[in-house]
Amino acid sequence: MIRWLAPVIISLLGVAVAHAATPSPQRQAELRHLLIQDCGSCHGLTLKGGLGPALTPPALAGKPPEFLQLTILHGRPGTAMPPWRGLLSEDDSRWLADRLLAGETQP
Amino acid sequence: MNAANESTTAADGDQVPMRAEWGTVLISSMLVMFLLLAVVSKTEAATLGSGDLALVVERANGSVQIVETTGNSALTRVEGLGDLSHASAVFSRDQRYAFVFGRDGGLSKVDMLEGQLVARVMQSGNSIGGAISQDGRLVAVSNYEPGGVKVFRTDDLTLVADIPALYGAGQHSKVIGLVDAPGRRFVFSLWDAGEIWIADFSAGDQPVISKFEDIGRNPYDALITPDGRYYIAGLFGEDGLALLDLWHPEQGVRRILPHYGKGEEKLPVYKMPHLEGWAVAGNLAFVPAVGRHEVLVIDMLTWQEAGRIAVKGQPVFVMGRPDGRQVWVNFAVPDNDSVQVIDAESLKIVNTLQPGKGVLHMEFEPRGEEVWVSVRDQDELHVYDTASFERRATLPAQKPSGIFMTARASRIGL
Ligand code: HEC
Repeated sequence: MIRWLAPVIISLLGVAVAHAATPSPQRQAELRHLLIQDCGSCHGLTLKGGLGPALTPPALAGKPPEFLQLTILHGRPGTAMPPWRGLLSEDDSRWLADRLLAGETQP
Repeated sequence: MNAANESTTAADGDQVPMRAEWGTVLISSMLVMFLLLAVVSKTEAATLGSGDLALVVERANGSVQIVETTGNSALTRVEGLGDLSHASAVFSRDQRYAFVFGRDGGLSKVDMLEGQLVARVMQSGNSIGGAISQDGRLVAVSNYEPGGVKVFRTDDLTLVADIPALYGAGQHSKVIGLVDAPGRRFVFSLWDAGEIWIADFSAGDQPVISKFEDIGRNPYDALITPDGRYYIAGLFGEDGLALLDLWHPEQGVRRILPHYGKGEEKLPVYKMPHLEGWAVAGNLAFVPAVGRHEVLVIDMLTWQEAGRIAVKGQPVFVMGRPDGRQVWVNFAVPDNDSVQVIDAESLKIVNTLQPGKGVLHMEFEPRGEEVWVSVRDQDELHVYDTASFERRATLPAQKPSGIFMTARASRIGL
């Protein structure tokens, strides 16, 4: 039984690491709202910058999505960028990083 | 033939005056209507006061609503003010005009009585707030991008002074916490530089600038006490606040409530808190802790901590009711559906209200019997009775954020 389960679990984990699962449509709507309203309170409603820097595709050009995802989850200690891991999952943060890089941030 | 001709002529002749008559009737009745309209709107403008009006920022569409707080109703909507995320407003001393500071760097002048946008300038790339001078002639705007303060004439919004916030090796700092102070001064803080500057316009439109360096890391906002004497900047980058006595600027800035975090790790701050002069009640000032779910109480006679009150989340606005008896607090996400009320005497929480998701701002009516609350995600404004905590009115608004009552016109620092 355990011998049979182990590979399954490992392969499931592998899948989770390799491709972040896409959040459900309802979660996506919540995340878009969060991005505009709550990230927007520092980065500007149009994400062109405020207390935090602009998060537009030109501003983020060349930054890997994993790097942005880590910034979102863990924040930047010593700056005003807070860690969002208490409110956002790995999948949520990766999805947000991808939206930012693609410039698909409006509802 | 002749007769026929005559009759034709007569008929023609008749027709001309007839048309002229109709024309005259039409024109004169239109004239009467215009006159009536003019009289009506003149009379309205002459008889409507502006002391019980408020401006509500609708951040989704770059519009503001003008509401009245006697009957708690909406009057009109003014559009075309640009990106209004994080917008704030100050009022002309006659309480007729609002100056609205938009995130996109736009400065808009709104006629509260006529419900019209009367002037607008794009003054920078990215602005954060503003203030109006003691004499009402200057309006100052603090900017993030490029960092500095610009000062305009209130009558026609022409530029009077440009004060770049340069520090170190010529970097620009973002400017926050801009307030007016007695003596035709503006006081503000430099987020990146950790400085407080005073721009003194008492000698004319060329300001004399005094700078205070090393006031602490990352001042995030500031308040001036209602008497205009003390300027207090909250620090994001370290525990404590920076205090400047404007009666004795020569004594410099001193740190108060250092180490209030007791070296413990900060909780995440999902939204920058605000400081406002409203938060002063008697000898006590109530300010949000940063990275702790607490409201700090400062005794303004000794400048020592007089208590701290555990609250539901990271406080954003901490607002004293005008009589100083209650303090209302709202919160950053994920607790931004709630408002807590503190009794300023016992320092205990006496009520927790749940207006709905996205409570962004609260503003008391001038004598404090009611408070207006903006509930962004419900697209609503709520009016609560501050004695019974019952909801007295609900008004629709498009993603409302800041609520600004014209009574601010006569308060120092607002
Ligand atoms: C309280 C203010 C604040 C909030 C709210 C905030 N940020 Fe930030 N953010 C910052 C600051 C300040 C920085 C710059 C940090 C630095 O100096 O490196 C930053 C940096 C970032 C960066 C890195 C940009 C780069 O060029 O490397 C990303 C990505 C980012 N934020 C995304 C988000 C997202 C997504 C949200 C909402 C879930 C959010 N931020 C909410 C203040 C904030």
